[in-house]
Amino acid sequence: MTETTVAVRRATALRPPPPIARRERRRRRLYWIATHSIAIALAIMFLAPLIFMFLTAVMSSDETLTGGLWPRSWHWGNFGRALTTDHGVMLHWLFNTLLYAVLATVFMLVSSIPVAYALARFRFRGRKLAFVLVISTMMLPPQVTIVPMYIMWARFHLTGTLWPLIVPLLFGDAFSIFLLRQFLVTIPREYADAAQVDGCGELRTMLRVILPMARPAIAAVALFQFFYAWNDYFGPLIYTKPDSWTLAVGLSTFRAAHHVEWNLTMAATLLTVLPVLIVFFLAQRVFIQGVTLTGVKG
Amino acid sequence: MSPWLIGFSLFFAYPLAATVYFSFFRYNLFQLTPVGLTNYRFLLHDPYAWKAIKNTLWLVVVMVPLRVLFGLGVAQLLTKIKQGGNILRSIFYLPFLIPPVAATVAFVFVVNPGTGPVNGIAAKVGIHLPDWFNDPTWTKPGLTLLALWGIGDVMIILLAALLDVPKTLYEAAAIDGANLWQQFRRITLPVISPVLMFSVVTGVIETLQYFTQAMVAAHVSQGNADQAGTTTAPGYPNGASLTFPQVLYDEGFRQFNMGYACVLALVLFAVAMFFTLILLRQFHAFADDN
Repeated sequence: MTETTVAVRRATALRPPPPIARRERRRRRLYWIATHSIAIALAIMFLAPLIFMFLTAVMSSDETLTGGLWPRSWHWGNFGRALTTDHGVMLHWLFNTLLYAVLATVFMLVSSIPVAYALARFRFRGRKLAFVLVISTMMLPPQVTIVPMYIMWARFHLTGTLWPLIVPLLFGDAFSIFLLRQFLVTIPREYADAAQVDGCGELRTMLRVILPMARPAIAAVALFQFFYAWNDYFGPLIYTKPDSWTLAVGLSTFRAAHHVEWNLTMAATLLTVLPVLIVFFLAQRVFIQGVTLTGVKG
Repeated sequence: MSPWLIGFSLFFAYPLAATVYFSFFRYNLFQLTPVGLTNYRFLLHDPYAWKAIKNTLWLVVVMVPLRVLFGLGVAQLLTKIKQGGNILRSIFYLPFLIPPVAATVAFVFVVNPGTGPVNGIAAKVGIHLPDWFNDPTWTKPGLTLLALWGIGDVMIILLAALLDVPKTLYEAAAIDGANLWQQFRRITLPVISPVLMFSVVTGVIETLQYFTQAMVAAHVSQGNADQAGTTTAPGYPNGASLTFPQVLYDEGFRQFNMGYACVLALVLFAVAMFFTLILLRQFHAFADDN
């Protein structure tokens, strides 16, 4: 759109003779072809590992070691075998992962929304400091505090379980607070003021008036938290033992446990990726909105 | 506010103070022996930690700028695409969403010349690719490639920034006869520079904690670790994939030198805090916005 207007304006400004206009049009068509072919080539490269992964997952285990591209025979049963191997250990990991991800998301929402609301709505002493602290906790690597945290959870006899990763979310998550607050400040305060003139208490104003308007942001932080837990490797690696492993930790050992059965490894990997892809395609809008919300319009 | 303050003190302020405290002790979860500055002195002459510092520095210097440049390139390309732009955007964003462990397992397999098809295909067109994750020289470039595959986060932020640049600026420049490069150099770059800065700084902070991909890539290509890395020294091949958080993990949770791990944690804290302060200056505008 911009180019057309630019070209039209340039054309009227310089009053070029017709041949130049034709050359210009051809130049623009070449440009179109160039950008589109680069983009498509790049897209193929981005998808290629996923496709190779899938093709390997349906190969026989001997064939995976040949470096061949196309499976000679299709073994769809590999997905089932990956799920049921070692007495269904993958299903067990899946259950642990879901437990972690779902509880983490619910706890995070319950605790972070009120904090974000307070940060966005009230002017209180130390509000700026609170915001700075939120950002600092958000940015600092989890490894910085991991040693004393581990010692603390060990005293509570909770190491070896997923609880050390879930319980802290009852106290709010910095990233979610930050993102929600960025969204909430964009809602005009007149809405909240009007609700209070009509006799709503602060809690009802938040629940009934402001939060319904913040639904896209809430959906975004919920998704981010869910994916964070689903993908988390460092946390479960520190705290869990094989009985409470999640998919991420389990998967990293899968290859070693199955020696050369690359097909099963790839099938297991695909099964881990699949839920993420499905959720992404269902909730793409929410995602992209959420990412741009992270407040980069400095 | 107050539950968060409790959480903040319990899960952040207290552990941070405790990290400083434990750094003056030898501690293995059972025995606490004060050792003064020994842990700090040990760090100065610990080849293991320095190897990891060098590797992490390599990643910060090479991987972060390449990711921002590549992300900017892909985003810029997307702004030029009119048909199918949404589908392409999703495809470029997608690999970022793949769980890091899964993405690493798949990537290492695919580029491994013994198993994956990539090197074979490249050889057919006359390009000889290295044995990425088994060759110490090529391990970090391999990890960089993996990071470029997952460019989605950087790309989507820069795409939003590029689309925010007022179109009238380009039109005015075009009338004044500025070519595409001049438009990019004189309009796009200055307007999106805060966002570029944001990407670089967050990229640096993320790279300081770079752990999962390096660890999993080493496991997968080495292939003889039987539990989550409990049997072999990290950093395969030959320490090439050893990053700073891995040393921290190894010292603290496998050797149980928790006091020394605290010293490493404090080094990480100091460096990350420095970059966080840079970021905070950028956010400053936010804190005052209403």
